[in-house]
Amino acid sequence: MVWLAESASSVVPVFDPASPFAEAIYSLFLKVLAISAVIFLIVVGLITVAVFRFRDKTGGNGDVPRQDFGSHKQEIFWLLGPVIIVVWLAAISAKLVFTVNAVPQAHPDAGEEPDEEIEVRGHQWFWEVKYPGHGIVSANEVHLPVGKKIRIKLTSEDVIHSFWVPQLSRKMDAIPGRDNYFWIGASKPGVYQGRCTEFCGMVHAWMNFKVYAYEEAEWEAWVEAHSKKPELPTEGVALAGQKFFETATCIDCHKIAGVGGTTMIAPDLTHFASRGEIGGGVFVNNRENLEKWLIDPQKWKPGCKMPNFKFDPEELQQVVAFLETLK
Amino acid sequence: MNGGTTERIESGKGVDAPREEAAVPPTSKILSWVTTVDHKRVGIMYILTAVFFLVVGGCEALLIRIQLAVPENDFISPAFFNQMFTMHGTTMVFLVGMPVLIGFANYFVPLQIGAKDVAFPRLNAMSFWMLPFGGFLLYYSFMTSTAPDAGWFSYAPLSTKPYSSLGGIDYWILALLVLGIGSVAGAINMAVTVLSMRAPGMSLQRVPLFTWMAFITALLTILALPALNSALAMLFIDRWLDAAFFEPARGGSALLWQHFFWIFGHPEVYILVLPAFGMISEVIPVFSRKPIYGYSFVAGSTVVIFLLSYGVWAHHMFAVGLGMFADIFFAIGTLLIALPTGVKVFNWTATMWGGSIRLTVSMLFAIAFLVEFVLGGLTGVMFAAVPIDWQLTDTYFVVGHFHYVLIGGTVFGLFAATFYWFPKMTGRMLSEGLGKLQFVLWVLGFNLTFMLHHFLGLMGMPRRVYTYSDEPGWALLNGLSSLGAVFMALGTLVFVWNLWVSKRKGKVAGDNPWGGFTLEWATTSPPPVENFTSLPEIKSRRPVWDRDHPDLADWKSAKTPEDGGWRPFKGKVAMGAFVASEAVFFILLLVSFVVFNSGDRGGLDGPSPLDVPRTALFTVILLGSSVTFWFAERALRGGDQKGFLRWLLITVVMGLVFLGGQAIEYAGLIRSGVTINSNLFASTFFTVTGFHGFHVFAGIVALMILYFLGRKGELKQKRANIFSAAGIYWHFVDVVWIFVFAIIYLRVLQ
Repeated sequence: MVWLAESASSVVPVFDPASPFAEAIYSLFLKVLAISAVIFLIVVGLITVAVFRFRDKTGGNGDVPRQDFGSHKQEIFWLLGPVIIVVWLAAISAKLVFTVNAVPQAHPDAGEEPDEEIEVRGHQWFWEVKYPGHGIVSANEVHLPVGKKIRIKLTSEDVIHSFWVPQLSRKMDAIPGRDNYFWIGASKPGVYQGRCTEFCGMVHAWMNFKVYAYEEAEWEAWVEAHSKKPELPTEGVALAGQKFFETATCIDCHKIAGVGGTTMIAPDLTHFASRGEIGGGVFVNNRENLEKWLIDPQKWKPGCKMPNFKFDPEELQQVVAFLETLK
Repeated sequence: MNGGTTERIESGKGVDAPREEAAVPPTSKILSWVTTVDHKRVGIMYILTAVFFLVVGGCEALLIRIQLAVPENDFISPAFFNQMFTMHGTTMVFLVGMPVLIGFANYFVPLQIGAKDVAFPRLNAMSFWMLPFGGFLLYYSFMTSTAPDAGWFSYAPLSTKPYSSLGGIDYWILALLVLGIGSVAGAINMAVTVLSMRAPGMSLQRVPLFTWMAFITALLTILALPALNSALAMLFIDRWLDAAFFEPARGGSALLWQHFFWIFGHPEVYILVLPAFGMISEVIPVFSRKPIYGYSFVAGSTVVIFLLSYGVWAHHMFAVGLGMFADIFFAIGTLLIALPTGVKVFNWTATMWGGSIRLTVSMLFAIAFLVEFVLGGLTGVMFAAVPIDWQLTDTYFVVGHFHYVLIGGTVFGLFAATFYWFPKMTGRMLSEGLGKLQFVLWVLGFNLTFMLHHFLGLMGMPRRVYTYSDEPGWALLNGLSSLGAVFMALGTLVFVWNLWVSKRKGKVAGDNPWGGFTLEWATTSPPPVENFTSLPEIKSRRPVWDRDHPDLADWKSAKTPEDGGWRPFKGKVAMGAFVASEAVFFILLLVSFVVFNSGDRGGLDGPSPLDVPRTALFTVILLGSSVTFWFAERALRGGDQKGFLRWLLITVVMGLVFLGGQAIEYAGLIRSGVTINSNLFASTFFTVTGFHGFHVFAGIVALMILYFLGRKGELKQKRANIFSAAGIYWHFVDVVWIFVFAIIYLRVLQ
């Protein structure tokens, strides 16, 4: 996947939409920006003219200006413009709410079927991502095919989080005890930055994620690869690492398909080696960073649930070797 | 003129506002300030306390900006960063914004309406002292385990025990309750002052716009704060009595907190900005030498804002997925607010147009206010378009937006007011030179810091992150934003220096240095304790202008409604306002009962454990006590002191019987294992009836005090109005019980 490396995220994602949903919001935003700019220039223009034209240069000794108490007619005349603008704004935003990306239409009861359904669950502080149609579970990454209408079912395990990929869709809160549904999609392949935007506790800052959008063939390859259990090591350091993973406490929090684990306290590590990042955006996923992370997670993501296990160097090498086999 | 004249003259002379200063010579300067009940000194103490917390909250902001100046900074830890932005927001809203505006209103509203003091000077002093105590309580949290760290709106469930187990949130709750008591008491005082204390001739349609805005702000405070109090009470019960109002796993709702908080929170925005509108409406006309353009539109649009502000709270919640009809309803309400706000901007501009504009520092700040507030308003309109909110809410764009409103608007308005009114408060002028330096530093610094926040939001930066990875452009914009904060800090130092120096050595001001129009300029600077030695004739909205320009007097060209002379009885107005505030509190608690006990929420699985017939009996007794109270009142007014005392005693006994019934009911429930943490039915039941019982108890205490005053002969026929005021409360408590009985016992609305 060469393009993964070279497609950097957009600098101004709100102005660089890559889905019909984000596109629609962007075009509404442009209209509102334009009308706002016009209003701003009119008001500032009037104030500027008033200050220069009516400035008192006499030091308070000039004639008393005409005492104008205002006129109801003028007030109402000047109110007309804003009324028209407000009605127009209400109409175009309501139209967008109803047609393009409304919640009820994404709701299962609304009758409109998605091409794919993805379940996302916010945790302090990572995103659990499930593909119920394919039996895949992952973390901090959403993979989807280009040009399809995808429904996300969003909820939270603990506190309120908010799921935002500015280039691809609206922002939606992940709320415990409640399922929210919304559409997402991508018009072109690429990697899109996502973030948690609702303050959710200590390391809210490190709850980033990425969305990978693939052409059909690549998408199918990705599904094929990830719906299988990873090939587990059979010998050497990596095997020792697997034993360590199972016998030390790693498996109490992390699941790996084919190895074990039951809880969802921490990210699922099934295909960990294929992930782009570690720790919700703390590091790019490579051997060196993985070691840094394992030596002291609290240093990089203070307050996260993974303690500093004080691995001895040999254990560290074993665990790293094992995790790197989880392609 | 009619029969109300006597009362008017009475309040005009302020006979019921005895002054400690006059009676007991102060032993020391500090003691004289601590014990003062003079509205001017109380006002100054409000303002100085707010300035102190402004420096504290400003330092917190600087720490935030230092941490964010460069990517992946470890200047402060995430835990401390979260405490900093929580304390910064809480401090700026509750310990700076509200107090400083209340302080100015305290000082200038009585002066502007020609009164000697506020309606209840002692209550005023109490309201003030709640502020330092509340502030101390909030900041004491640093000495315990942690300061509050869940943001200034403390969203549940993050703020509940499982996710915030340390004491910070508890200090936050208690501090806000204490501050809320002070704010509501102060607001009631302000509303009564405006309604009951105006000088002869000062009809409500003639009050200066600052007074008008302070009045509307007081109404907003009275009706908005109780929503926060109900939410705080529920959170506290969750945290300490193990209820589950906000715990989804046990049937609670994570969203209910947001609804309740923003029912308070959005009016709160107007509480913070309306007084600044008032200040601007004083400054711009005076420095344009013209009356405000369209007084009735400015005043009327404020009423519209007041009404609309209660119907737009969910625009803070567009991203929670409320559904498209709710979203559009709240979007339209929000867009509508743009209209009365736009009216004001138009009127301020039209006031300058054709005037004779003096660019004093005060006027410069007012003009900057106009420009910046328009920007903040326009970004606000963007958020009203729901889909744009879906993109930009909870990013730095929204941080930029509300700082444009609250700094570009409120703080700049405050600076304009400070330069305008400092001469009146101290008798000396602030230095215009230092003022211009401060102005330049603030305009540069403010716009640099917060304009860039909009771009950061568009670039995807979420708010409340303690650090960020090195994305293209983020470091540069954040660095420049932090640099802007330095300019603001320098400007503030210049300002504080200016206050300090000018207070001692500033140019002597005289009574009316700016050629002001309103009554505060008709007295000396600073005013004497009793405010005025004589008042000019009040025949228009600008009595001082009329006095100084007899040929061009307003009343000759612009007629305003004459003052009928009637002023309502202070005690009754105050009690009415208090009861309105309490009503909001109970309405929200009852709403929570209905929410948790209807449909599939199922607060209760199985039959209700309540004994409805028995409670119906006690209900009859409580309602009967309203009737006996009425008999007591009739006897008192008829001069039948014995009958009065007898009926009052019966009322008290009936109240006690009701409480006894409630005690029996509680005991039975607790014996059968139904406690406040059993389920949501029990939580809501005990919360609603418990708070009601407490109100009955407080009422009984008040009635007993009145009973003993009656026995001693101090409450007699001619002071029956005081008893009627107490009656408003007692009847209110009974009316609340009718709703409680219908909703909780008879299960109406479920």
